[in-house]
Amino acid sequence: MPKNLRINSSNFIDETTRVSFKFDGKTYYGFKGDTLASALIANGIHLVARSFKYHRPRGIMTAGSEEPNAIVQINGNTAYTEPNVRATEIEIYDGLEASSQNCWPNVNFDIGGINNILSPLLPAGFYYKTFMWPASFWEKYEYFIRKSAGLGKSPTKPDPDLYEHKYIHCDVLVIGGGISGIMAAKTAAENNYKTLLLDEKPHLGGTTIYQSSEFNKINNQYSSKWLENEISNLKNIKNLEIKTRTSVAAYHGYNFLLARENLTDHLPLNKKKDKIRQRLLKIRAKKVIAATGSIERPLIFNNNDRPGIILSSAIKKYSDYYGVVCGKENILFTNNDSAYETAISLFNKGIKINAIIDIREKVNSEITNHAEKIGIKIYNSYTIVDTSGYRRIKEVSIMKLSKDGQSVTGSKIKIKCNCLGISGGWTPAVHLFTQSGGKLKFDNEDNVFIPSKYPSDQISIGSCNGEFDLNTIIKNFNQNIKNFLGIDKTSFEDLKINSTKEILKRNIWLLPSDKAIGKCKPFVDFQNDATAKDIKLALREGFRSIEHVKRYTTTGMGTDQGKLGNMHALGIISDTSGVKMSDLGTTTFRPPYTPLTFGTIVGRNVGEFFDIFRKTPIHDWHVDNNAEFENVGQWKRAWYYPKKGESMFDAVQRESKAARDGAGILDASTLGKIDIQGSDASEFLNRVYTNAWSKLAIGKCRYGLMLNEDGMVYDDGVTTRLNENHYIMTTTTGGAATVLGKLEDYLQTEWPELDVYLTSVTDHFATISVCGPNSKKIVKKVIPDLDLSDEEFPHMSFKNAKIDNIKCRVMRISFTGEQSYEINIQANFGKSVWEKCMEAGKEFNITPYGTETMHLLRAEKGFIIVGQDTDATLTPIDLQMNWIVSKKKYDFIGKRSLYRSDTIREDRKQLVGIVTEDPREVLEEGAQIVADVSKKPVEMLGHITSSYFSPNLNKSIALGVVKGGKNMLGKKLFIPMKNKIISVHVADPVFLDKENKRLNA
Amino acid sequence: MFIINCPYCGEREQSEFKAGGEAHIERPKQPTELSDDQWAEYLFMRKNIKGIQFERWVHVHGCRKWFNMVRDTTNDQIHAVYKMGEKPPIK
Ligand SMILES: [Zn+2]
Repeated sequence: MPKNLRINSSNFIDETTRVSFKFDGKTYYGFKGDTLASALIANGIHLVARSFKYHRPRGIMTAGSEEPNAIVQINGNTAYTEPNVRATEIEIYDGLEASSQNCWPNVNFDIGGINNILSPLLPAGFYYKTFMWPASFWEKYEYFIRKSAGLGKSPTKPDPDLYEHKYIHCDVLVIGGGISGIMAAKTAAENNYKTLLLDEKPHLGGTTIYQSSEFNKINNQYSSKWLENEISNLKNIKNLEIKTRTSVAAYHGYNFLLARENLTDHLPLNKKKDKIRQRLLKIRAKKVIAATGSIERPLIFNNNDRPGIILSSAIKKYSDYYGVVCGKENILFTNNDSAYETAISLFNKGIKINAIIDIREKVNSEITNHAEKIGIKIYNSYTIVDTSGYRRIKEVSIMKLSKDGQSVTGSKIKIKCNCLGISGGWTPAVHLFTQSGGKLKFDNEDNVFIPSKYPSDQISIGSCNGEFDLNTIIKNFNQNIKNFLGIDKTSFEDLKINSTKEILKRNIWLLPSDKAIGKCKPFVDFQNDATAKDIKLALREGFRSIEHVKRYTTTGMGTDQGKLGNMHALGIISDTSGVKMSDLGTTTFRPPYTPLTFGTIVGRNVGEFFDIFRKTPIHDWHVDNNAEFENVGQWKRAWYYPKKGESMFDAVQRESKAARDGAGILDASTLGKIDIQGSDASEFLNRVYTNAWSKLAIGKCRYGLMLNEDGMVYDDGVTTRLNENHYIMTTTTGGAATVLGKLEDYLQTEWPELDVYLTSVTDHFATISVCGPNSKKIVKKVIPDLDLSDEEFPHMSFKNAKIDNIKCRVMRISFTGEQSYEINIQANFGKSVWEKCMEAGKEFNITPYGTETMHLLRAEKGFIIVGQDTDATLTPIDLQMNWIVSKKKYDFIGKRSLYRSDTIREDRKQLVGIVTEDPREVLEEGAQIVADVSKKPVEMLGHITSSYFSPNLNKSIALGVVKGGKNMLGKKLFIPMKNKIISVHVADPVFLDKENKRLNA
Repeated sequence: MFIINCPYCGEREQSEFKAGGEAHIERPKQPTELSDDQWAEYLFMRKNIKGIQFERWVHVHGCRKWFNMVRDTTNDQIHAVYKMGEKPPIK
């Protein structure tokens, strides 16, 4: 550890606890409480990264979340690895391993640095201009761009950490625990508001907590001491909850906010285990007080990006808070008074200040006079025109500024340094305010955007509201908070404040150099390597809107979201284009304010909790019998039941054959079931289905097709009339919820006069379908009392029955074309009835089959599956199901659309059967269908929707949609595949048992 | 995320609701009498207003009731909620 970079014992660092960490493979030591940045600086390390485009050496520039350069990858190749971590935010712990990003082979020797020399060739929009054409080359370009650029590596292993979500409701949320936030939280809580105070740092107090200056006193104490006392009294206040290490990521409408609470990131590896790492807080606050502070601005001058060039306020924080010296030879470069605070604080600690360079003319304020009195050399009306030093700043060149600030005059003075503090004034942190929908106004005096119109019950206080000196902050606080909380008095009204007020301001967005702008590198966005030159080029090339300039130059688009440079980008645009700042507007700040990990966003919704899954009452039997499952909506459905050594194809062929030769059994419990009751139930069904329902006798079933109002098929299923005013409707498995929603919509909004009640009963019943030539015998064994004769119980009818005294409904309906019975029984008896059927069917080789076999069997019969053979562009006429569309009914949902000029076209895609010339050739679902492969471009007539090898017909069968297919029966068409062209013929979609003999066999 | 005052349940989180498009579009009583253009007007044409908009919403994870809502699309302020069949309380 280099000596003497640590000064006096700081209050905020535990110098008794040494912490060991690794950076770029080397071991270093810091103290408990250090951030990675403060520990690195204490070890004399400033160069930590290479810039994105030019690979220029970059150093730590800030001490907070606005850091553009010191972005590191932590924890190497482990599952705990994380890219894009700001060294200024992460607290060091024993075992921390961090490495520079965006540099190869290492930060000190970087091959991409050649881009710096080539930089005249890399102007704004370079990537857009060069790599976009020809489009087919993009894949090749991308490889190289990603390899040489890239911000970090994403983890390849599953995240082993635990995360969770928590809802919080409070009366008052205070964002930011600086002096304003602390006063606000105390005031709110003392006035019986349930208050939550959040701060992103490990400790409360903001910048005031280390402000021990003669120029900032409250009641004759240093403001730091006064605030320390206030903070220690907070724990005695009821109604106040405080969370530190918690940053607000998003501020949505209606005072809904998301915050990330960091629980273990600062702990040593062995103490992180089995703890929740981060918590996403979902906060609904009645009132919000934003005390988010402000961010110091850099100054934009030639070569303003070298390691060792640091925000003036950050230098102060490193020395006052962490007890770390950024440099032994310091220069401060400023346009305002706050750099003088840094200078005086450093001076008081015995750290050398070589000069203050101030672009203002001589200022006669208390603090500047003091700096002069203690002997600091001040250059007024000077600017830096260049800097030197490759891996660390060595020297600055300064020249006198002209009156208008647009040029420099006189001779050049060179001053040595190894640390340059820069201060371009302060930018209120209004990001969250604008996210919430707030409108900003531009303050011409301070050159800042401040909140103007609040969209919800909220207020901004302190420096995020453009109040920068202690006196103003406290005066405004007392006034505004009383109005906001509706109270008469605060406990901060009689404070005695000593603070300095800035009396002279001068702002130049882009500082001039003796060299032409074309020869300069004044960086505006340090992370994305966007310079003032790039912004001017974008304007010359015709970009006007700030949003466009931003995208073209990539200004403000890095992980720091332009927290440092956005204002300068705006200022330079304003100066160059002559549009006033207030008319220019700002870019939109979007959530999150600081990056969130995916882990925090998903919380506990990972692995088996990723989505809800629904199981049928018979699920365990399927598991015990080796079923493979497929997801249908949220359901897990048995897909097929492979026997030992069987492939999926083998299993499906066996199941399909067994169902037609002997008996098959299917768990159909997932089908949607809607109980429909009321005196207008028949009329209701008439209106929602395409066919007629009034004459359906009690005890009969009917298949129905449901359309959207645009005439396209929406859902299908069998509905049974249980009683005069009582029906049970079945829907597709995936469509159950939306069908119910749609029916409710019509009932409540279009036909409120109908006496109809809908209830979802999907989960109430288990549905067991027994099919095949032996199905009748099996059901007879299971329900001996039930008369199953074709006369008494024909196809498409229903009976109430009992199995062991448990009521059940038996429907004789078929989706396979075989004789089949569907037993619906109270869900908790489902598994035992299924087992009874299996037992009864043993002698008939009853075979359980899954959804794949069900699909195959119905395809043999040409029955459609809504959502597989249809895709919301097909009418019943397109499906050749004219028979189901009632001609007599005056109206039903979608009827009028069936004779729109578009739906009556003859050349629409229509559903047909497709058979291959080679009966062994099975087509791929989704394959294109064409008539002529020679004519380019080849006209696509349609595609295959369902395709199987039928074991019962011993040939390949398929369904597909083909333009004008209805009139193509027998026509030869082609299926072009990657390495062959398959010849097919259009066929009748009913491949098996056209006469429906098997239903009664 | 809004807080919506369901006319049947009271204030609830937006996540319990689903939007259902423009309000006060009545399904034609006699669709067969309509020309293609008239039917298309009902079927496809919807306003997308910058400002005060009348919308249908359903409390889908609650009482399952449909209702109407007046919302300013520029700032998501909800100016009124009212039951189906009722006249809008504001113009
Ligand atoms: Zn409700």
